[in-house]
Amino acid sequence: MQSERLSSPLPLARAWLWLAAVPLWWLVYLQLTPLSDALFALLPLSRADALGEAVYFFIFEVPKVLLLLTAVVFVMGVVRSYFSAEHTRALLAGRAEGVGNVLAALLGVVTPFCSCSAVPLFIGFLSAGVPLGVTLSFLIAAPMVNEIALGLLFAMFGWKIAALYLGLGLAVAMLAGWIIGRLKLEGWVEDWVLARPKTAASVSDAGLHWRERIDAGQDAVVDIVGKVWPYVLLGIAAGAGIHGYVPADFMAGLMGREAWWSVPLAVLFGVPMYSNAAGIIPVVEALLSKGAALGTVLAFMMSVIALSFPEMVILRKVLKPQLIATFIAVVAAGILLVGYVFNLVL
Amino acid sequence: MKIQILGSGCQKCQKLAEYATQAADELGLDYTLEKITDPGTIVDMGVMQTPALAVDGVVKLAGHLAGVEALKPLLRG
Repeated sequence: MQSERLSSPLPLARAWLWLAAVPLWWLVYLQLTPLSDALFALLPLSRADALGEAVYFFIFEVPKVLLLLTAVVFVMGVVRSYFSAEHTRALLAGRAEGVGNVLAALLGVVTPFCSCSAVPLFIGFLSAGVPLGVTLSFLIAAPMVNEIALGLLFAMFGWKIAALYLGLGLAVAMLAGWIIGRLKLEGWVEDWVLARPKTAASVSDAGLHWRERIDAGQDAVVDIVGKVWPYVLLGIAAGAGIHGYVPADFMAGLMGREAWWSVPLAVLFGVPMYSNAAGIIPVVEALLSKGAALGTVLAFMMSVIALSFPEMVILRKVLKPQLIATFIAVVAAGILLVGYVFNLVL
Repeated sequence: MKIQILGSGCQKCQKLAEYATQAADELGLDYTLEKITDPGTIVDMGVMQTPALAVDGVVKLAGHLAGVEALKPLLRG
């Protein structure tokens, strides 16, 4: 396909500026505590009272979260410039189930994806001979392992939780796609999609200049961070607000580990809810800090992000209602399992 | 010339149509703008990722948005 990126790569000076920003970023990140301490010292507040503690929390968390989010989004943008839907399709075409599901889920994370492209992607994959279950593994992984969620989890809870989220998201995508493939549900794909002529999966890899890859990272930062920062501020402000005022075990009875019914309930509430990752993470943070169990909260988050009503409406164009229902059921079951396993292990 | 915007009508597709119109107007091109929303047609044109832009049937941009200035060389041909 003759898709050209921007006609000319980023000016050299600006590309170098981005590279020079890396050590600067690191320096600021390492000095966050003294910097926020110094800033806080300028205010007539004390960390001994609830208000001071809330303000300090805000001053410290905002730069930290924005720095980490920018870094993750930038790196993801550069990584994704190495992948394209055509490339992914060629890698998946004719691949056996099993291996195909694993590969599809992994590629789903790194291939640029927008949920409004779900339908052309679905048709394009199927008509190039990518099995239905493998295609669905890709379509589940792409929204489920979300770079904003990954970046924010990393920023707020550390790399272990972020890695866990990544691993579990991949596991659900692989498993759900594999199960749907085993069920042989091709008949529940809309007839007009199946009737389309088969096409060969071909790639014309242009090979980008390194400056164009930096450019892709910059695009991602401008696009994503530029859009979600108000939600992040709002979320941290809410988190700071309830920091001192809501009792720490407030959620423990409702969403704690002891309540077995809390995981299915979380998924049940999460599926019809629709929010972008930036909106949901602060809620996650608040729930966790008030005693909710991690598995329950992750299950809630995953069902909100991965199963969204607008995406189902989009997919309805190519999937019959039975397959949509199966899709939701299988993914929800996978998320349920993740929630229980998490609560058991931790 | 015929400028085609490929996409389901999502926010990014509308932005692309808007930018393409502005770029074409600033270049003083004689053009018609067509929006292609049917997924079958989009795939037939070789596009899997929207928003996409085609000029006289040739796909020039796919999978992401581009600004007015970046679009001009693509439209000029």
